[in-house]
Amino acid sequence: RKNVEDFTGPRERSDLGFVTFDITADILNGKNVLQSIFDWNVKQLFLYLSAEYSTKNNALNQVVLWDKIMLRGDNPRLSLKDMKSKYFFFDDGNGLKGNRNITLTLSWNVVPNAGILPLVTGSGHVSVPFPDTYETTKSY
Amino acid sequence: RVCPVRGAAGTGPGRARPDMDLFGDLRRMNKRQLYYQVLNFAMIVSSALMIWKGLIVITGSESPIVVVLSGSMEPAFHRGDLLFLTNFHDDPIRAGEIVVFKVEGRDIPIVHRVIKVHEKGNGNIKFLTKGDNNEVDDRGLYKEGQNWLEKKDVVGRARGFLPYVGMVTIIMNDYPKFKVCI
Repeated sequence: RKNVEDFTGPRERSDLGFVTFDITADILNGKNVLQSIFDWNVKQLFLYLSAEYSTKNNALNQVVLWDKIMLRGDNPRLSLKDMKSKYFFFDDGNGLKGNRNITLTLSWNVVPNAGILPLVTGSGHVSVPFPDTYETTKSY
Repeated sequence: RVCPVRGAAGTGPGRARPDMDLFGDLRRMNKRQLYYQVLNFAMIVSSALMIWKGLIVITGSESPIVVVLSGSMEPAFHRGDLLFLTNFHDDPIRAGEIVVFKVEGRDIPIVHRVIKVHEKGNGNIKFLTKGDNNEVDDRGLYKEGQNWLEKKDVVGRARGFLPYVGMVTIIMNDYPKFKVCI
């Protein structure tokens, strides 16, 4: 984790977090294990991994680290290892250093062929702590 | 003594009056019918307006139904799809939600997904958006110097959608002559 200038946004120094993760998921219908969530009215799923945490500056922070579009017909089993985050994990301030409780959750947006757009949160989640010091030279 | 001749080819006023009465009746009836039709039409337009205003009140959004204009949310939404929005004040803005917002000073609403949220304890929220089909986030679309969006920029949250139905609006915009025909 580093403290660098957030070159994508405000011109102040903010904490930048680096996270690597594995995702193993079976995107299934909650009721019946064998029945997939991809029924006749589901066009695609927009999956995203978000990190949720709180800091001194902000009571609630949510940052999307990674996302993926899964179309009907794609394999509903996800088995991703050692993934790096797709988007920069910048905090609004310096709240990542020493933050013990960053919760990573996998959620998805069901996009139907026509109808309601629900947002579903997966049942598993992981808590990740950030170390107390900044890293200086490790390459990403 | 002269008896008036009936049935003859007389052109006296006695002969013309029944005809004029009939025609006058017809003309009067048509005017009434015309007014009736105008009122009927006005009622239909008023009802439609009332339904629209009612939707605005129920959903809390100034624009509860919008048409997708660009391809920046493909493959979920395409140009011409219709989106149904709600904008309840107590609904918090969370990462992953699809919001429709307006950049200060611009008229055109944009439909994108929230990818970053920073909320203070007092309810003050700032958030960042990005189109699913875009490589970069929307900071380039915001106002000069603006880095975050706030609740006041939100027109509504996408809750439901219908494909293709909004195409009519796009056709009318691209081909104004068509609008005149309608």
